[in-house]
Amino acid sequence: MSVMTSGDYRTTRTYETFSFLPPLTQDEIYDQIVYIINQGWTVGLEHDTPENGAENYWGMWKLPFFGMRNPDQVLAEIEECKRAYPDHLIRIVGYDNYAQCKGHEFVVYRPRGL
Amino acid sequence: MANQSFNAGVQDYKLTYWTPDYTPLDTDLLACFKVIPQAGVPREEAAAAVAAESSTGTWTTVWTDLLTDMEFYKGRCYRIEDVPGNKDAFYAFIAYPLDLFEEGSVVNVLTSLVGNVFGFKAVRSLRLEDLRFPVAYIKTCGGPPAGIQVERDRLNKYGRPMLGCTIKPKLGLSAKNYGRAVYECLRGGLDLTKDDENVNSQPFMRWRDRFDFVADAIHKAEAETGEVKGHYLNVTAATCEDMMERAEYAKELGVRIVMHDFLTGGFSANTSLANWCRKNGMLLHIHRAMHAVIDRNPNHGIHFRVLAKCLRLSGGDHLHTGTVVGKLEGDRASTLGFVDQLREAFVPEDRSRGVFFDQDWASMPGVFAVASGGIHVWHMPALVNIFGDDSVLQFGGGTQGHPGGNAAGAAANRVALEACVKARNEGRELEREGGDILREAARHSPELAVALETWKEIKFEYDTVDKLDA
Repeated sequence: MSVMTSGDYRTTRTYETFSFLPPLTQDEIYDQIVYIINQGWTVGLEHDTPENGAENYWGMWKLPFFGMRNPDQVLAEIEECKRAYPDHLIRIVGYDNYAQCKGHEFVVYRPRGL
Repeated sequence: MANQSFNAGVQDYKLTYWTPDYTPLDTDLLACFKVIPQAGVPREEAAAAVAAESSTGTWTTVWTDLLTDMEFYKGRCYRIEDVPGNKDAFYAFIAYPLDLFEEGSVVNVLTSLVGNVFGFKAVRSLRLEDLRFPVAYIKTCGGPPAGIQVERDRLNKYGRPMLGCTIKPKLGLSAKNYGRAVYECLRGGLDLTKDDENVNSQPFMRWRDRFDFVADAIHKAEAETGEVKGHYLNVTAATCEDMMERAEYAKELGVRIVMHDFLTGGFSANTSLANWCRKNGMLLHIHRAMHAVIDRNPNHGIHFRVLAKCLRLSGGDHLHTGTVVGKLEGDRASTLGFVDQLREAFVPEDRSRGVFFDQDWASMPGVFAVASGGIHVWHMPALVNIFGDDSVLQFGGGTQGHPGGNAAGAAANRVALEACVKARNEGRELEREGGDILREAARHSPELAVALETWKEIKFEYDTVDKLDA
């Protein structure tokens, strides 16, 4: 309760959805992937440097995983992306082709120190 | 018709306007009225009178009727139904030919349908329950300046409802103190803050000063958090010229969204402002002050679902819908019925939700439903469940009443919102497990823990006064 007892609320740099929760565990990320797949959306990964975090476009990790229904495959892609870009933020995306909009998006990896 | 002759005098409306054999056309505008006739007036006559007075008719025959094709232009009552639970009232279904209305003008539609007819002596009371706009008419209206998807892309908010708050006290703050309150909310984790509906340009805070300080607050909060932030600057004014001047200035300041009170400001002003927003890449938040005057009486007036449909056509990216659970209650099924009308591409007839017609919205963009008023963090699970992602949940007192101030209150609500969304996605039942979900989340958030202490735990059940006919 240190923040409240001092009465000072410190502004933090955040990256939109789920930024105010503790980092999600592998199991929790797995559940969100299942949610995205069950909505009929396509899973994808995006990554970029923390300095570019507020930009409209982040780099895409490969193409969106069209047709991928296995959450473990998505987790493996996240690991591969981390190894390739250890200094980047990585976010998972659920593309909703009916609404033509991202249906879900949250950061799954932050570089050390962020 | 060439063989008609002119007979001066008064004839029964039902001879002309009651046509039970008529099959409505796809291009007809359909209306459902709840009618309570004066004693002694038969249902068919009262219903036909409503059809006549809201379309081509007048109380007596006139010779100029014969100079036009009345069969083509007249409104027709084609069906009458009992109102469940009310033996004095009946539903009258009326079809209006498309040519009765100016293109792209909900003003003109309303002036006809809810004009003089509402003071008509033959009916004791009258309520416009629902309208079916034909696709042909919808395609003539501009609609929301941006729509749900475009707004999400501009604001970079995905996978969750947006979080907002009306700045309080609603009246009396200086512009600089007001901007401070905005900044504190936004840096703490809210996406959007809002002027109250009656914040215009009063002596204690003139609009230009408010706009300057609020823009500063937004830009600072964005720079510090890295997230996109907004504040609905209310541009409602005494004249349309003043309204436009304020909107132009908001755009110059680089903010993304302005706000209008569509009922007190009026539909003409609203449509003009929506068109301006579309042209200038601005979002438009709509408040519904005065709606309860029009929509609260179950037997007289206009149901809010009609006003909501008209607003979607006139233009707005957000519309207040009530909260179902907060201080301003609304029937849950009925609220969900008009929330669908704001957001969906097609809404099927569903009497259990008060939806009297299939409504095809064609390619009209959707409007975010805004739940605002007397809600706090314990309501979050129910709100996320009821309103879903395409909504703005606004906690005014529930943010600024936090013992740690606006930023801590904002953070508490943001944590609660994200915890509820995450739990929903995991398949948990929000309205049953809401208490547990919030308490678990509070273990990682001292701000939320304090908020949960401050506001009493509520039970996730409710009772309503204004119900659907059943």
